[in-house]
This record gives sequence, structure tokens and C-alpha cells, in this order.
Amino acid sequence: MSTTVTLRIDGRNVTVEKFSTILDAARTLEIPIPTLCHHPDLVPYGGCRLCLVEIKGAPRPVASCTTFVKDGLEVTTSSPRLERLRKTTLELILSDHPRDCMTCERAGDCKLQELAYFYGIRDPRFEGERRIYRTKDKNPCIARDMEKCILCGLCVRVCDEIQGVAAIDFAYRGFRTMVTPPFERELDCEFCGQCVAVCPTGALTGAMWAQKGRQDMRDVETICPYCGCGCTLTLHIRRNEVIRVSSRRETLNEGWLCAKGRFGYEFIHRTDRLKKPLVRIVPKSEAAALVKSGWSHERAASFFREVSWDDALDLVAARLGEIKERHGSDAIGGISSARCTNEENYLFQKFIRGAIGTNNVDHCARY
Amino acid sequence: MSKEVLITVCTGTGGIASGGEDVLAAFREALSSAGITASCRERCRVQRVGCKGFCSQDVLVDVAVNGAITTYRKVRPDMVARIVSEHIVAGMPVAEWVVDGSYHAFHEKQKKVVLSHCGVIDPEEIQSYRAVGGYGAAERAVLSMTPEEIIAVIKRSRLRGRGGGGFPTGLKWELCARHTADTKYVVCNGNESDPGAFMDTSLMEGDPHSVIEGMIICAKAVGSHRGYIYTKAEYALAVKRLNRAIEHCYAAGFLGKGIFGSDFDFDVEVFPAPGAFVCGEATALLRSLEGKRGMPSAKIWRTAEKGLWNKPTVLNNVETFANIPKIIEKGSQWFSRLGTERSGGTKVFSLSGKVRNTGLIEVPIGTTLREIIFDIGGGIEGGKACKGVHIGGPTGGCIPAARFDMEVDYESLAQAGSMMGSGGMVVLDETSCIVDTTRFFVGVIQGESCGKCAPCRIGTKRMLEILERIAGGRAKEGDLELLEELAHSIRETSLCGLGMTAPNPVLSTLRYFRDEYEEHIRRKRCRAAVCKALLTYSVVESACTGCGACKRVCPADAIRGTRKKPHRIDANLCVRCGTCLDACKFNAIMKV
Repeated sequence: MSTTVTLRIDGRNVTVEKFSTILDAARTLEIPIPTLCHHPDLVPYGGCRLCLVEIKGAPRPVASCTTFVKDGLEVTTSSPRLERLRKTTLELILSDHPRDCMTCERAGDCKLQELAYFYGIRDPRFEGERRIYRTKDKNPCIARDMEKCILCGLCVRVCDEIQGVAAIDFAYRGFRTMVTPPFERELDCEFCGQCVAVCPTGALTGAMWAQKGRQDMRDVETICPYCGCGCTLTLHIRRNEVIRVSSRRETLNEGWLCAKGRFGYEFIHRTDRLKKPLVRIVPKSEAAALVKSGWSHERAASFFREVSWDDALDLVAARLGEIKERHGSDAIGGISSARCTNEENYLFQKFIRGAIGTNNVDHCARY
Repeated sequence: MSKEVLITVCTGTGGIASGGEDVLAAFREALSSAGITASCRERCRVQRVGCKGFCSQDVLVDVAVNGAITTYRKVRPDMVARIVSEHIVAGMPVAEWVVDGSYHAFHEKQKKVVLSHCGVIDPEEIQSYRAVGGYGAAERAVLSMTPEEIIAVIKRSRLRGRGGGGFPTGLKWELCARHTADTKYVVCNGNESDPGAFMDTSLMEGDPHSVIEGMIICAKAVGSHRGYIYTKAEYALAVKRLNRAIEHCYAAGFLGKGIFGSDFDFDVEVFPAPGAFVCGEATALLRSLEGKRGMPSAKIWRTAEKGLWNKPTVLNNVETFANIPKIIEKGSQWFSRLGTERSGGTKVFSLSGKVRNTGLIEVPIGTTLREIIFDIGGGIEGGKACKGVHIGGPTGGCIPAARFDMEVDYESLAQAGSMMGSGGMVVLDETSCIVDTTRFFVGVIQGESCGKCAPCRIGTKRMLEILERIAGGRAKEGDLELLEELAHSIRETSLCGLGMTAPNPVLSTLRYFRDEYEEHIRRKRCRAAVCKALLTYSVVESACTGCGACKRVCPADAIRGTRKKPHRIDANLCVRCGTCLDACKFNAIMKV
């Protein structure tokens, strides 16, 4: 049995794998179909109703994201009727959306704004009640503005299907339907921010992104320093400051990050961040007494002297040598880190075993 | 003289609400007192039965003396003693309490198939069901019919899904039977949620065994060993009686391992659902049964292929299953002859609204609306003019009186802009405002939308707001056109059946009653005098005696006048609550 299917989209033939959706097929032809609730890594949802297409012989339009291809289908992705329906649906969504793009964190990076722009919707024809949610979460990572939520369900699904946490879900029915943590409590999750990454609007943003800038950003790709996974990060830099971290879907980590990778970047610009090795000049016992007697944080810095890497390593090497001489190799032990790469960890155990001469070496993931 | 007496008391939800349990207890007590039992000498039984259909006359009691049935209406416990002493003991029925001609007219044009046992047998005792031939069909199907034979019979009967979709049942079973899987499920949809609909609950309460029997036959036909009855937890009586029926079935060997002595296993469980209108939709129901939020999903797969827990599943409505034993028993030809060319059998409707006889009715498919409303329903109370009938629940549509000669079936209703739905019929008369009724139904739909897709979640809200503007006298030119366009758009873009049919009340009423909408918008007038904002209360001076009763009750101090002189209502102060109208003894208050 053939594993491919051939169909016609907008008059062009296309052959795709069986069990592909019409949307997949259209995208291989680079035919643009608007979507708000679709994500290629998540189970098709069919909620936003913007990806409607016409199939010859079918009485009503179908959602291309939830319809499988079939041999011989004749699909139309754009027609006056489809564009009118899409526009009406967009107008409905916008009629229940704050019109504060001027100050919205997502402006310029918002799918809804972009679609409103393409369809030229300035004043939606439908006026009426708008959902009002005033309470704000206190956590430092994820800012929720549920008035901007269009209930596409991407956050709910990514949390469940990708992260396996299911910290949020839909509650209530009808117009009052909302995405919320259990019992409408504060968000209390892993704060991986996968939801923030997939949110098409300003409903979910990074709390620390606020008013740091939306345009003129420079992107720098780097590897996350936190663990051995080696996720690729994209640092968004403005005025020489990292103001946001994201990751592209084409990376090894498929664009997914954890709380540390996504939100743990503030240390970069901290003034008290350690950048050079320090050598202690006041012995530990005296230092403790001085801190107890009320020495300030700034004054305590004077317990240490800044030195070059060469000087610091010379000191460490000399001390390790002394200890080994006096107490033997087994008096020394080494613990390395899962934040290091495999190669770094290999070298570390080689150093402890070969140079120091002991098997006292460990690491949280074990040698 | 030896007599055989059987007294049956309606203890459906309607019957119980009217005091059925008390009447039942009163009869038991009256009969157990020694003198009466002795004078009867012979068998004298009192039995609870399910809904007898004619709910507006509850509590209905049938007294059968040697098979001659007399029906009493609106029986209260204090009437029992006289019925017992005059009718049962002395042999003279209490004529003034016996039902009148309307009771017989109500039943004359009905054809009871699904409801044939409802109101006749004791729903809480399996022997009562066995006595009318119950489980004979299931036994035959399990022991001596092949799955193919069963499916062939159901297909020939032209039975179609009674939940409203109208999908041919035999075909559905065949699709499921064709799939090979380690597990298959049979699920009964008892999530009846339409306001004013009580067909399925009456069946589950009045004849629970017929539903279970239908499921057993289905299980045999498709090769399933596990069934669920999904019904609302609020249907407490239905849940209780179903559970009791299931218990009896296990004890009798009709459910469980090796049913009817065969090597076929089948288990059934009741799932008392948290209850949401949208859970009547197939995909939402199955998600809810799986323990997830009841939200419809795109029908990428047929339920018969991948249903409950992604296994082949037959999902049928209560009434559909209740039809099955009768078809197996009496044959497909008998059944198909009852209906029309495209669908066989009968359909149960719950008749309510402004009609004289309200209740549960069953008619052959193809009966005209006129027969249903005027012959069975007895027409409109008080001789008022009938405006139309709303069929199919909140997502159904309104059919005007001018089209009452239409035969009721799936196609004709859809063509007229309504739908069979689960079979709720709400009759409207000249005192029903079309805008107001439509607003009510759209309000129900809006509150029950699952929120998944934007057209249904926001679109129905905007429709409701426009309707509120029209009813409130705040509509502007263009609102009607906007409403219509929005309705069409929602129909074309929504994800599931609820959203697709949500505009039905709007579109059907715009089709038949557009002038009433226009009158609300342009002339700020509600001809049925229902829409509060458009009403004016005034005093008919010639009838007013100046008694001051209206003035005293008016909460807004809007009525002025001196004693014994005609009073006046200040329209600016009036809040249109209608209290004065109720207080006036001289019909001197008029609302227009």
C-alpha cells in the first residue's frame, strides 16, 4: 500500500506522507494559511478556526490543521468566502482583546497583531463585554495577562504534552472560559516558560522582559552555561544588555528550555558577579568574627584580593602539592559538576586520578 | 366477589415532584388496613411505575379492576381513601376525579414503542420487565443470532440515531464491528441537557432495563465486553434505578461472565457525569468519560474506529438503545413500517410550552406538527393564537404555525431550519415574544459553550448582546444584518455540532419572524408585551375605581392619584415590574 498521498492545493499538485494534514501539505508548498492555535510539535487542536480551507464537494469549510490529506482532494486555501470568515473570526477575537498594542510587551512579535494588520482590522464591528482580570502573579518569571488570552490552548498543551507538568488547564465555560492554575491560585509550577515561548499574544510574557525593549535587538546565539545538556540559547541584546532569552526550534533542544536557561540570565549584568579569581587574604576564622561584629557586605569584599588566573592556579597547585606531600593523596577529593561537558568531566577525573593519585572523585551524575 | 386489582402510581421525576411517593404510600396504607383487604379478598397490588407521559395531570393513577382500567388525574394522598372505598370496595369509580376527554385525545394519536413499558411496569423490579417479555430479545441475540444477523436486522429497520444526528444505527454498528481490536466499548449517551427535555430521563427512570437490553444486543453485534451509561449526576433517580437494574441483571446472569449461559461476557457501569450541555457531543462525552475536560475535538477519526481510549466504540443515545429490543422482538419490517421511507420507527418528544397538554409523547416519524400540537397537545391554552414551535433544544429552531402541516422527520426539520435534536418541543403562542425566546436559547448556548473555538465562545456572546440590545430597545439600524451575518459565520466556522447549530434559533426566527425583530428595532414595540424595556403600563381610566391598590404596591412610587378618582402611571418613574397589574382587581392596568 502506498504511503504517500497526492492532492491538489490551489491548483498545484503535492505529494505528502499519508496521515499528513492539509496544513502540513500546504506548508510544504509554502502556501501561507493563517493559524493561531497550531504548533508543529503539538497534537492538532482546531480551536482558532483561522486555517479553514475549502474542499471541493464539501458543504462547509474544514480546519486544515485537523483534516488528513486524501488522494485526489482539491483544496482551496483562499477565496472571498474564506477570507470573509477569517476576518469575522479575527474581529470576534479582537472584540474581546485589550487594544493596548502601544504598550504591550509582545507588540511586533504578536501573531494576533500581525493578523489584524494583514486583515486591516482597526475597529472590530462587534462591540460588547470584554473579560476583565486584574490580579497579577507575584512570581519573578512569568507574567500572565489573561485579558489578552485568546484561548488557543497552546500553553495548556505544551505544559501537558511537552513538559509533562499540566500546571494549567481550562476552567469555566462559555465567554468566561479561562486558562488558569488549579482553583485560580497563583501560578506555581516549574517556571520553564515553555508556555511563554508558544503564546501567540501578550497573555504570557517574561516578567523581567517588562519595558526592556521590543525593537532594535541584536541576537547572539550561545550555549546555555547551566548544565551539560548544552541547549542553544538566543540572547536578545539591546543597548549592550541581555534583555530576553529564547531558543530556536531548529536547535538540538528543539527550542525548549528550562527555567534556568530561559529566565536565569540576570547574573550577566550583576555588578557583584565574579569575573576574576579571588584569593583570601584574611583567614576564615577572623573573617567570620568581623562579619559577626557588623562588617558590611562591601567591607567584607576586602577579605579577598583579585588575582590573575595564572596566580590563582599557581596557588591551588602549590597547596594541593603540599597537602599531598604531608597527608597523602587520599586526603584530597574532587567533586565536579553536571554543568560541565562530558569532556570537562573526563579531564577532571583524569586529573584527580592521574595527577593527584586518588579515586576520591565524584559528581552528581556519578562517574 | 373475587377481584383482581392493580393500582399503578406514577413515580417518574414529574410524578414524584407532584407527590407520587406520598400517594403510593397512602394506597399501600389504605389497602393494608384489614377491612379493605378482606373485602377485596383476592390479589390487590400497588405498583410504582415510570412516567405515564401526561405530566401536566400528575399524579396519575391507574386503577385496574379485573383488567378494566380507570385513570385518575391529579391525585393527592387525601383523595386515596375515597378512591379505595368507593371504587375498589364498592365498585363505583369516583367520576369527578377520572381523567377527561383530553387524556384520551392525548393518547389517541400516539404510538408507543419505546415507551410501551414506561408507566406500565415497575422500573425497580426486574420481574416486572421480564413479565412483559423483557430480555427475551437479548437472550435470542446472544444465544442464537450471529453479529451479522443482528446488524442486518437493525439496518433493515432503518433505525437512526435518536440523539438528533440521525446517523443510521445499523451502519454505525457495522463500522465498529468491522474493526478488530482487543477492546471495544458500547457507550450510552444519557446526557440529556436541553431545557424542557425529559425524554431520556423518563426512559431511564421508567424502563431502565430496555436501555441495558439494547446495549447487550449491541455488544453482541459489535463484539464488545464493556459498556458505560453516561448520564448526568443530577438525574439522581435515573442513576439510582439504572444501578438497581444493573444489579438485578448481574444477579440474573444477564450481565457479567457468560451471560444467558453463553460464553459471551458483558459488563455495564453507570457513569454519573459532572454534567455539561456540550458533553452530549460525542467527542466531548468520550473525553469526559476518560476523566478529562468535556471539550469537543475535531472528528479526525470516526468513533467507531477510535473512540473511548482510542478503541472502537459505539455511542448511541438512550432512546436508540431502548428501540433495539423491540426491533429484535418484532422484526425490522414491523419497525420500518412505522416511520417514513428514510427513517423507521417512532420518536419521543417532550411537549411543553404554551400547549394545553404537556408531557412525554411518542409518535411515528412522519406525523405532522399539527397532529402533535393540536390533536395530542390539545392546542393552545385559552384559545390564543399559536405562533410556532421551537424544536430540538437551544440549538434547534423555530417553525411557524403556517408550516404545521409539515411531517416531522430528520430531513424536513433540517430543511425548515430546525433539527430533531433530542426531541424537545416548546410551543409558542401570541404571548411569546420571538426576540425574547431566541435570546433565552442563545443565552443557554453561550453559557454552555466549551470555550474552545472563538466563533462559538465569542460569537454566541456577541449574538446574545445584539439580541439583548434589540429586546432592550437599544438596537440600531444594521444590527439585524450584523446578527444575521454573524450567525452564518458561526455556523460555517465553528468546531463542533454545538457551535454549528448555535445560530439555528436566530436564523430560523429571522427567516420566519423577521417583522417582529424589525418592529422591536424600528417601532420599539414588542407585540407580545414581553420585552420589559419596550412596555408601557397605563391605567384604563374608565375601569379604574381609584381604590389605590396599585399605588400602594408600586415599588417606584410611579402611580399618582386621589381616592375614588382614576390614577395615573408616570412612565418615567415606572420600572415595568408588573406588580400593579397583578394587584388591580378591576383589569384597569394595561400593558402595551
